[in-house]
Amino acid sequence: MTDLHRLTIRELSEGLQQAQFSSRELTEHYLKRIAKIDTKVKSYVTVTAEQALAEADAADAALKAGNASVLAGIPLAHKDIFCTKGIKTTAGSKILDNFISPYDATVVAKAKAAGLVTLGKLNMDEFAMGSTSESSYFGATGNPWALDHVPGGSSGGSAAAVAADLAPIATGTDTGGSIRQPASFCGLTGLKPTYGRVSRFGMIAYASSLDQGGPMARSAEDCAYLMNVIAGHDAKDSTSINKEVDDYVANLNATSVKGLRIGIPKQYFNVSGLDAEVKACVEESLKKLEEMGASLVEIDLNMTEAYVPTYYLIAPAEASSNLSRFDGVRYGYRCENPVDLMDLYKRSRSEGFGAEVQRRILIGTYALSAGYYDAYYVKAQKVRRLIQQDFLKAFENVDVIAAPSAPTTAYKIGANLSPTEMYLGDIYTLAVNLAGLPAINAPVGFDQESLPVGLQLIGNYWSESQLLSIVHQYQQNTDWHTKRAAIAEENA
Amino acid sequence: MTEAQKLKLIDGWEVVIGIEIHTQLATKSKIFSGSSTEFGQDPNTQASLVDLAMPGVLPVLNAEVVDLAIRFGLGIDAYIDQASVFARKNYFYPDSPKGYQISQMDNPIVGLGHIDIQLEDGTIKRIGVTRAHLEEDAGKSIHDQFEGMSGIDLNRAGTPLLEIVSEPDMRSVEEAVAYIKSIHTLVRWLGISDGNMAEGSFRCDCNVSLRRPDQPFGTRCELKNLNSFRFIEQAINVEIERQMEILEYGGKIDQETRLFDPVKMETRSMRSKEEANDYRYFPDPDLLPVIIADEQIEAARAALPELPKARRARFIADFGVTEYDAHVLTLSREIADFYEAVVVAAGGAKQGKIAANWVMGEFSGALNKAGLELVDSPVSAEQLGSMVARIVDNTINGKIAKQVFGFMWEAEGKSADGIIAEKGLKQETDTGAIEAIIKEVLAANEKMVEEYKSGKEKAFNGLVGQVMKAAKGKANPAQVNELMKKLIG
Repeated sequence: MTDLHRLTIRELSEGLQQAQFSSRELTEHYLKRIAKIDTKVKSYVTVTAEQALAEADAADAALKAGNASVLAGIPLAHKDIFCTKGIKTTAGSKILDNFISPYDATVVAKAKAAGLVTLGKLNMDEFAMGSTSESSYFGATGNPWALDHVPGGSSGGSAAAVAADLAPIATGTDTGGSIRQPASFCGLTGLKPTYGRVSRFGMIAYASSLDQGGPMARSAEDCAYLMNVIAGHDAKDSTSINKEVDDYVANLNATSVKGLRIGIPKQYFNVSGLDAEVKACVEESLKKLEEMGASLVEIDLNMTEAYVPTYYLIAPAEASSNLSRFDGVRYGYRCENPVDLMDLYKRSRSEGFGAEVQRRILIGTYALSAGYYDAYYVKAQKVRRLIQQDFLKAFENVDVIAAPSAPTTAYKIGANLSPTEMYLGDIYTLAVNLAGLPAINAPVGFDQESLPVGLQLIGNYWSESQLLSIVHQYQQNTDWHTKRAAIAEENA
Repeated sequence: MTEAQKLKLIDGWEVVIGIEIHTQLATKSKIFSGSSTEFGQDPNTQASLVDLAMPGVLPVLNAEVVDLAIRFGLGIDAYIDQASVFARKNYFYPDSPKGYQISQMDNPIVGLGHIDIQLEDGTIKRIGVTRAHLEEDAGKSIHDQFEGMSGIDLNRAGTPLLEIVSEPDMRSVEEAVAYIKSIHTLVRWLGISDGNMAEGSFRCDCNVSLRRPDQPFGTRCELKNLNSFRFIEQAINVEIERQMEILEYGGKIDQETRLFDPVKMETRSMRSKEEANDYRYFPDPDLLPVIIADEQIEAARAALPELPKARRARFIADFGVTEYDAHVLTLSREIADFYEAVVVAAGGAKQGKIAANWVMGEFSGALNKAGLELVDSPVSAEQLGSMVARIVDNTINGKIAKQVFGFMWEAEGKSADGIIAEKGLKQETDTGAIEAIIKEVLAANEKMVEEYKSGKEKAFNGLVGQVMKAAKGKANPAQVNELMKKLIG
């Protein structure tokens, strides 16, 4: 049973249901791997061995009784941005290093209800602000494909854990690309759902109008299984949509690739920072889709230059307000011996927040302040609407839009890009969040250094089924998604 | 009236007053969380994860507060914004756990409206209401119970408030107090707030400035900590004096917030904030715009009780009471309902005036003396009205009625008829019997009769008095008068 971690979600489900192995065996298998291999990858912030085994036993009981749900007993891990009751929840920050959440996020509760076993909490850029996971208070996570490279961010821990087979599936969140880009860097399939599809209750807020939680796994099929569990309306989240949830697994073959019109934005493939090898891999994957019957249609997305400035005004503005609650008063880090209220606030926050978080709080506060609000925040919201309209206009003529997920493959750890260089790396992913559209990353090749390259497909609102189906069919016809990093091949 | 009197100038200065009222809406749960709003509970026992601003929590709007706000808007004939927006007001203070208060800025749910106030000289003045918006209350800070620290009680954090902002239309303390009382009556009348100033569910901040007539508005100061009508009056007067003195000496008024000290009878500048707070308002991305369908407004309109203004007009037209009476009888919906029930029991609209006299006079007096609220009255409207009916049909006279009332007050639930029968208080109406008594009195008081016949009017009253005494009060004074005149000749 040393290869349990090589099974797909479907195979794990069938194996458990047919008693080929138990959830306890499976869980212990992953815990052993984590104990041995994660010392090198450093994807986990907290491993919840005791809770995992208890949940595994409960799942085994249900499996024996014959009333277990389809995912019962399968392990998963959560990005440390999701509140987990009784378990440390840090958002990658010192300011929450001592925070034990008193409640479960809706996503977490749904996963529990489905019988999934919680292996632990995964590393991330502090408060989801970053593209490398290096800004985590708990240190950098390694990319399983090259441990001295970043796994991407902000859901770097989620990507690395799955890519190193330290969890079969993980939850991530995406505000400007934080599921798609790490999925791209680590050779995984990651889906950012339409804004409002997955509940944000219990998902520590970075930018409220942009954040969305979603699955990260080795295939579209695996992602579909988790989407069936986590998608859906939540009365506790006023921004979640009251709309029926598709059966994403049942729909995996429902979309016809024959006749599918894939939009190729001229402007995206002309970006100067786009790495030649990335471009080559992506174009190769599009050729494959063409072979499968899709047609490639050149389109114009004219608002491209506005993506980065618009995002980097709206996201920090909302974040500057969302992070005000971290003040050392009710929970979290409090500075030592505060002399008065102002001192308590200033030192707790200055000592508790990392540099990038402080940077974005300052930018956001500035953009909202008197005299600047209209010129920056309001203006950005207006431009945002134009960006959305730009996409919707394109969707009048194409079914999905294709792009790289990132202009490069994974950077080296400590490459120390300037903030603006970092921000430009998000060029392909940001606009999707601004428009609230769904998008998926599929692994489509490697560069010369064997670092993964990802293809992004952007769909119209509520088209998660279609996106998963297209990638699923692509994955039936290719094997990029089956490739494993050397460290994943290691045994515990 | 002089021009100065018309403008209500004080030493040539015109007082300009604008008032902000925060009233707690009477919902069972808070505006954005399901926590209870009950007053007076142990600290932090009514603060949920959402109220505590835990990481990851989100606000969910309590739909009832929208209904209450619509009701208020209709009550002041205001514009109702059918797509109002919640905004974040950002500032750091421990009683505001999120580091921002959810309020409404650019698109308040209620727009421009007005309310009429009645002044002592009987004039009616229309006061504009600029807007009313929904927001959440902050928690409480307790500074004096813990050595060197402050305690934070978040029970109140998240309680729904309606902030009502008046136009700067008031020109005197009297107008200010009348306005506040009108709003106070209205919110209680509509059932949207209990308006309890002592418990903090009705808070007033007064903005006061002075100017010479026809000059632009002067610099205003905001007065806080005014939790009774008396304090409001005193504070405004004290502030007017303070500002006048500065201005008379050629000085300038600093725009600031001042706390009223009722012991020292002065206003004091609050610990100065370095500069005015920039709240960085922006629409709250966790909440959707509040969409109100036409049907919802019409339903609210149809469900409105008869408003004070309309009820006063009906009392005057149908029950024959004065403006002043109508005003007193509509100070609250409970009083108005009570009065109307008395009228019905007294025999209908024709008895409106006498019913009013009894409610505003003896009945009110008895309540006040016993320190009782109307709801705790030992005498019901039906009882009182039935008693008034007996005055009207001459079973008893007014003076005896007072006795009957006194007995009703003491004896739980006894009817007027029961008491009249039990105590034998029915007045004598038989003409023959009364004439007999009159003849006896006339015979025994020949001197007085002479005095009356020679022009002394007072003597007549004395004779009537004697007759009443002889009848043990149980004679109809009007009847006695009539018969006496007849017999004296």
